[in-house]
Amino acid sequence: MLGFIKLKSKTGMIKVIKPGFYSTIQDLGRYAYQDFGVPYAGVMDQLSAQLANHILGNNLNDAVLEITMKGPELEFLSPTLICVSGAQMNPMLNKTPVHMNKMISVEKGTILSFGKLESGVRCYLSVRGGFQTELIMRSRSMYSGITKQITISKGDELEIGEVNRFLADKNAHVKVNAHHISEHVIEAYEGPEFSKLSKEAQHILKAQEFTISNDNSRMAYQLKELLQNDLDAILTTPVLPGTVQLTPSGKLIVLMRDCQTTGGYPRVLQLSSQAINVLSQKLTGTKIKFKIVSIEF
Amino acid sequence: MSFNLKYKPYGEYAILIEWPSKIQEDILYDILKFKHKIIAENIDGILELKSAYNSLLVVCDKEISDLKSIGDRLKTIYTKEEVKDAGVDSVTWIIPVCYDFSFGLDLKQLSEEKNITVEEIIKKHSETIYTVYFVGFLPGFLYLGGLDDILHTPRKAMPRMQIEKGAVAIGGKQTGIYPVQSPGGWNIIGNTPVSFFDPQKETPCFAKAGDKIVFKPITLKAYGDIKILADAGVYQIEIENGHD
Repeated sequence: MLGFIKLKSKTGMIKVIKPGFYSTIQDLGRYAYQDFGVPYAGVMDQLSAQLANHILGNNLNDAVLEITMKGPELEFLSPTLICVSGAQMNPMLNKTPVHMNKMISVEKGTILSFGKLESGVRCYLSVRGGFQTELIMRSRSMYSGITKQITISKGDELEIGEVNRFLADKNAHVKVNAHHISEHVIEAYEGPEFSKLSKEAQHILKAQEFTISNDNSRMAYQLKELLQNDLDAILTTPVLPGTVQLTPSGKLIVLMRDCQTTGGYPRVLQLSSQAINVLSQKLTGTKIKFKIVSIEF
Repeated sequence: MSFNLKYKPYGEYAILIEWPSKIQEDILYDILKFKHKIIAENIDGILELKSAYNSLLVVCDKEISDLKSIGDRLKTIYTKEEVKDAGVDSVTWIIPVCYDFSFGLDLKQLSEEKNITVEEIIKKHSETIYTVYFVGFLPGFLYLGGLDDILHTPRKAMPRMQIEKGAVAIGGKQTGIYPVQSPGGWNIIGNTPVSFFDPQKETPCFAKAGDKIVFKPITLKAYGDIKILADAGVYQIEIENGHD
């Protein structure tokens, strides 16, 4: 009888023992609220997050835990299925190393921890049925002023989705091309104000290497090298994640998932959606190079 | 009136449509009219439309295969006759503002710099009907047009680390309300007890592009009374009576 009741229970729980450096719940973001000034937010590296969901047979928009630089320590208060994808941070279950990009069955009481960051920046933990934290404006993506919590914190008990144990038998080890974690070429389209740049500035943007400055976050990545320009400010206009803004002082600012909905700096490039994933996995000091691509229009 | 619009791809999933680079009401209403027409067409693959002073960004979903054909379709829609009932409904919101010195931190300085009395600043600020051009920058931050020339004031050289929620301020040629506490460089002249952003509501910000805003001066006492209602989520913002 007790077992029956357990089977019927729809949700489980994960307890946060240590939150890690910066761990947030994210799905694919908050769409259709831009006209209220609400940012998209959502996972920085959509490729890795969707892979983690796909391996578990989840919806691709299910909420995952985005782990930045240093992993958390989590205790599973109920059995579930998990998958870890993205940056290599040496995940361990009860201190035994486990594979990335593989469906793993975890028992109640198991502790998930992480070791040293080996490659990339952001790692994703998916759980069967997704995280079931606060849903605001059709998204669970944490964002200051929108969700009550901005990051997970010590002692939190995070609700997770229903577990379908039958899936555990499926061999869901997907062959993964983690090339985008090490890729340094950032594909971008010419932005609306690209043509206003001098030929020289256009050439520098295409040919030169740029370095990711330490001013990088979910909101934007600033680049170290300056691009001299005499572009005028523009009337405040819509921007998107992946928009590269150029300030009068020559600073290049690559907007990321948490960016504001509008901006007033000229937009010289627009990253391809894949390039945003690539950049999300780059550490401070990494050299990148833009590759300008075009679209038929 | 029809404008000569520019259509540009914006990455692989969005199209930017640009009007002449001016802040003008006829441009705003043309953008909104176009937006309504696009919504009425219910085109597959369009995720959302976001507009600003002189631009409309059409964001598509990742399933679309051909951005160009959507662009061509948009061009046809723009020239189409206006759909019935797709007009732009504009609401005039009356926003109570307390211009007491305890809120209006920069009022005295503005008065000295401009050589006009504080009363005149308040009068000029509250007798204008402002137009909401769009909401951006922060959730619930309205870009308002119409500020009297005499009130144009450069942003402060040293931005404040913390500006209170509801602060009514002037930055350059614009006036605005800080919807949440935030750092900022605008000159603060008052505060409204009304909340411009509530993430718990299906429509998180009551005002939209094309609406009008009027500021109504209130006393410190009235501010306190309204604040209690507003914080409890039961304050009804006054609407200017139009025709019914």
